[in-house]
Amino acid sequence: MSRLLDVNDLRVSFKTYGGEVKAVRGVDFHIQQGEVLAIVGESGCGKSVTAQSIMGLLPKKVSRIKSGSVTFNGKELLGLSKKQMQKLKGSEIGLISQDPMTSLNPTMRIGSQIAETIKKHTNYSRSKIHDRTIELLDLVGIPNPEKRYRQYPHELSGGMRQRVLIAMALSCEPKLLIADEPTTALDVTIQAQILDLLKDIQVRLGTSIMIITHDLGVVAEVAQRVAVMYAGVIVESGDVEEIFETPKHPYTWGLLKSVPRYEKGKHEKERLVPIEGSPPDLFAPPAGCPFAARCDYAMEICIDQMPDPIKTSETHQARCWLNDTRAPNANDFVAAGGNDV
Amino acid sequence: MSDALVEVQQVKKYFNVGKNQSLKAVDDISFFIKKGETFGLVGESGSGKSTLGRTIVGLHQATDGRIVYNGRDTNHVKGKEARDLNRTMQMIFQDPEASLNPRMRVMDIIAEGIDAHDLLKGKKRKERVFQLLEKVGLSAEHAKRYPHEFSGGQRQRIGIARALAVEPDFIVADEPISALDVSIQAQIVNLMEDLKEEEGLTYLFIAHDLGMVKHISDRIGVMYLGNLMELTDSDSLFDEPLHPYTQALLSAIPVPNPKEASERERIMLEGDLPSPISPPSGCRFRTRCPHAMDVCREIVPEWREAKENHWVACHLYTNEGGETNEKTDL
Amino acid sequence: MAEPKKDDVLFRPVDRSRFQQEKIVRPSMSQWKETTVKILRNKLAILGLGLLVIITILAIIGPHLVPFNYSDQNLSGKNLPPGPEHWFGTDSLGRDMWARTWYGARISLTIGLAAAVIDLILGLIVGGISGYMAGRGKFGDKVDGFLMRIVEILYGIPYLLVVILLLVVMKPGLWTIIIALSITGWVGMARIVRGQILQLKEQEYVAAAEKLGTPHRKIIMRHLFPNMIGIIIVNLTFTIPQAIFAESFLSFIGLGVQAPIASWGTMANDALGVILTGQWWRLFFPGFMISLTMFAFNVFGDGLQDALDPQSKE
Repeated sequence: MSRLLDVNDLRVSFKTYGGEVKAVRGVDFHIQQGEVLAIVGESGCGKSVTAQSIMGLLPKKVSRIKSGSVTFNGKELLGLSKKQMQKLKGSEIGLISQDPMTSLNPTMRIGSQIAETIKKHTNYSRSKIHDRTIELLDLVGIPNPEKRYRQYPHELSGGMRQRVLIAMALSCEPKLLIADEPTTALDVTIQAQILDLLKDIQVRLGTSIMIITHDLGVVAEVAQRVAVMYAGVIVESGDVEEIFETPKHPYTWGLLKSVPRYEKGKHEKERLVPIEGSPPDLFAPPAGCPFAARCDYAMEICIDQMPDPIKTSETHQARCWLNDTRAPNANDFVAAGGNDV
Repeated sequence: MSDALVEVQQVKKYFNVGKNQSLKAVDDISFFIKKGETFGLVGESGSGKSTLGRTIVGLHQATDGRIVYNGRDTNHVKGKEARDLNRTMQMIFQDPEASLNPRMRVMDIIAEGIDAHDLLKGKKRKERVFQLLEKVGLSAEHAKRYPHEFSGGQRQRIGIARALAVEPDFIVADEPISALDVSIQAQIVNLMEDLKEEEGLTYLFIAHDLGMVKHISDRIGVMYLGNLMELTDSDSLFDEPLHPYTQALLSAIPVPNPKEASERERIMLEGDLPSPISPPSGCRFRTRCPHAMDVCREIVPEWREAKENHWVACHLYTNEGGETNEKTDL
Repeated sequence: MAEPKKDDVLFRPVDRSRFQQEKIVRPSMSQWKETTVKILRNKLAILGLGLLVIITILAIIGPHLVPFNYSDQNLSGKNLPPGPEHWFGTDSLGRDMWARTWYGARISLTIGLAAAVIDLILGLIVGGISGYMAGRGKFGDKVDGFLMRIVEILYGIPYLLVVILLLVVMKPGLWTIIIALSITGWVGMARIVRGQILQLKEQEYVAAAEKLGTPHRKIIMRHLFPNMIGIIIVNLTFTIPQAIFAESFLSFIGLGVQAPIASWGTMANDALGVILTGQWWRLFFPGFMISLTMFAFNVFGDGLQDALDPQSKE
């Protein structure tokens, strides 16, 4: 498998009245052809900013890409002109945003909106564009595509609108689909439908998907590989099984433990294990590990030295000193995944 | 029902929308909440769960029906008694940002109820606020600050402290954690559980996240389009859900485990929630129900106790649909 | 592993009580303070504010800086261009233009402020009652509907018509203009106040206050009013120049203040006949002052609006 998207040492800052907020502080990851990568993290961790940098969607006035490179199919994306980016966005990279209502034009019929994107990037005839639009609506599971074609966004439910957005993103058979919190605004039963659709697209069309989410449940449903972000850095990345079964970073342990587990027939109540405190203010990020202040296993070194990613398998790495060979007894914690030793 | 703190009796809440149309947000719901329990109310957006919560607590006037609190009909109390009753039922809101006045300091926000009921003054008032701040895991130095200086989780703690200030017995928590990050959600849920023990509270916990509701609730009611579909203790609801909607809802919860996620069989619901302005006839769930029968179109299923302490409104468990009972073993 | 001792220290677990979990690092700042900071950073807004201060000061002391009264006629010294004795020159009756200009500023500012204050009071009362009653049962909706119908009717009447009608019963002058402007002016404010209250009433903190038993009066004073005061102030900074301009216009067409009282409008009117004779100062000073005042209010109002907009935080 070849690398479709390669992000190296990406750093992004925002200007505010008080000074500079370092939202993304050196992010490396890649996406291979046909795989689903999930970037998971909490609000303010920099996951959406990362996606926006790739798509060239950062607000120009207040943000600045300090360093890094983003290569897509061998082509550098940072520094592309707006026009070049526009062209790429329609044809090779598709975008699905969190709120379908703001991404759709409320005064235009659904069909015309999809048709317009197709028209922009192909030289199909009118009737072919129409057929393709109907085909796309059908592909994303919209019943009665001929009828929906003539409807306006407000006539559709949230789930249907999200499907329309996916259809638009798919209109020119992109190689990569970037989905920024695609199910956050939806109810669980609708969320399940959309996640199924995304998986189906990946299998049937071989599209690579980069999904950005805060929900570990969503990650487990769709992802093959996972990058966990915290305070502007990727603290752990690996195959989905590795992340869920042998996590190596205390933040990942914390995330997994703070979700209530349910097993049929198990009735005794367990107390939830939250991560105490809140993430650091990236206005003045700590010198060492950003998670140290909330970490039960913090060591002296964590306070002033940021750990580099430490490889624990071919695909799995974590930015945590506990994985360093010099950390005594740490192996026990790590092996136990942060459960009681 | 002598141990019931809140009895909801055939409560309806309709909103007028346009000419001669009404939105039946809550349509003829009856249940009770026991003293000292946490009652979970789940449903998707548009199910009417928040409206029901606000109606119970008195922020909405019910269109019809009664809410009996501690044996007293809330419609028939007046004067000081009404104020007192109003004080003992409090609310925690969904959006910790929108529920705190941005122009007020935390001190005055928390003391709002104390002032309104003239409970404490001067130094005593101040001390009480400090004590409340500590109770919710903050400290006295936070009293001087403004809401926008806090993180989401901290703001929700302030909202909780404000509700606690008037010493309520019953708190309606309307999606108190859905706007918060996962790691913070657990902090707030733990805090609420601790406070329940310490203060002897009763909760109505409204949420769409079934996992958290299961964790915190003793009993759970499932709402769909303004109706209660099923109600039982939380273990039974998860172990043997009776209503097809509950079954689908449970199977749609994403599991944070890739193996389980790929192995389990999901019940996929077709389509979307119908409009609450013109809900389907008969059973409101029938348009999406995998087991819909002819009878579901014509007759509204009766709210009945299918098993001990396990209430459900579904024709699969009534005489009309009795012959298909074996279908439920899904 | 070269220095095992050092590593021993480095990899020793730390005492977590060292970290203050819920501590807030950034300094405390109220929204008012934040607004002030933003205004102070906006150079154009500060320029506007500075001009307004200067105009106000000169309106107060300006006429006293010269030994002439605004109405003193001196036929031997008429139509003089600006010079060391008459800084802004004199008019065709030999009256000092400097004294007249700043006396005119008093008239303009008085009318602007009076109209704004009356608008504010009427707007707050009517808009406030209307907004607060809306949605409170059948009676509340009726009150709201009644008040809003009145507002709509008044909104449709042009103020010029009101002035002309008023002139039937009143003498033209300062108060006639103020009353005429107020009759039609307050409805705009009432609409804004009502809209704000309707919006703020839906905020969860108002629901929380209601649930906590906070009385209506306090809900209005502590929750509704402080959160709409910003928008009201911004609106006032646009009402005042409108009123000033309306006065100048009315005086210019002869429906405003009457001689010998000076206002920028009457001065501009007086200058009309002589503009072709090269007496540029007759039109320039009143015209310039009107424009400058409009400009100052507008840039300051814009700055305020930006500063009060929470969207422009970052």
